[in-house]
Amino acid sequence: MELTRRNMLVISSGTALTAALGALPAFASMTEDEIAKITGGADTAEGAITLTAPEIAENGNTVPIEVAAPGATMVALFADGNPTPKVATFNFGPLNPTHAASTRIRLAGTQNIIAIAKMEDGSFQKASANVKVTIGGCGG
Amino acid sequence: MASGVKPRVKVPSKAAAGETITIKTLISHKMESGQRKDDDGNKIPRSIINRFTADFNGENVIDVTLEPAISTNPYFQFDATVPESGDFVFKWYDDDGDVYEETKSVTVG
Repeated sequence: MELTRRNMLVISSGTALTAALGALPAFASMTEDEIAKITGGADTAEGAITLTAPEIAENGNTVPIEVAAPGATMVALFADGNPTPKVATFNFGPLNPTHAASTRIRLAGTQNIIAIAKMEDGSFQKASANVKVTIGGCGG
Repeated sequence: MASGVKPRVKVPSKAAAGETITIKTLISHKMESGQRKDDDGNKIPRSIINRFTADFNGENVIDVTLEPAISTNPYFQFDATVPESGDFVFKWYDDDGDVYEETKSVTVG
C-alpha cells in the first residue's frame, strides 16, 4: 500500500483501537483466574445471592457495597478493573444468621464488581454489579 | 504499631435470647494500598489490615480477609445471633503484626 497521509491515519487509528481493546481484557482475565482459583473451574449459578452497589459512585475511594448470601459459607468479592482484582473474602460463622455484610471499597474506575459465594452444598453462586466511577480511588 | 489506630464498635448492650442483632465496626487505619507513589515517584509500601474477625463466646460470627481494595478506615456491618449473655471479641490483624482487639458485652434478659 502506498503510504499516503490518509492511509497512515487509517493504520494508526486501527492500532490504537486494538491496543485499547487489548488492554481491557488483561484485568478481566486476572479476575477470571482468581475466580477459577476459588471455584476450581466449577460452574457458577446466579440468583441466590444479591450484591448491592451504587450505580454511580462519585468517589472511587469509598464505594459502599453490600452482599447478602443466605446459605453461603464464604463470599469472595472481586473488582475486575482494579490493579489487583481481589477485594475481600467473607467467611460466615455459626452465629451469623443472615450471611450478609456491608463494607466500603476502593475502585480504580468504572468496572464490574463480582461476588462469588460458596454454598453449604459445595456449589457456587455468582452475582455482579456495574459501578460507574467519576473519580478513581487508586492514587497513581 | 501504626499510629492513630482506634477501633470503634456498635453493639446493643441488651438483647433477647436468640435475637438477631446488627453490629457495626469501624477502625481508623490509613490502609496504604501499595499502589500509591510519593512525591519522588517511589512506591509507598503496603500497610493494611489484612484480617478481621468477630467471635461471640468463642464461636465465630464473621471472618473477613481484607485486600488493599478496602477503603481507608475499614467499615463492616453484619448480623449476629445472641444465644446467651456474653462477650463479643473483635480483632483486626495489621500487616505489621499488630492485633487490635475490642470487647463488647451483651446481656440477655
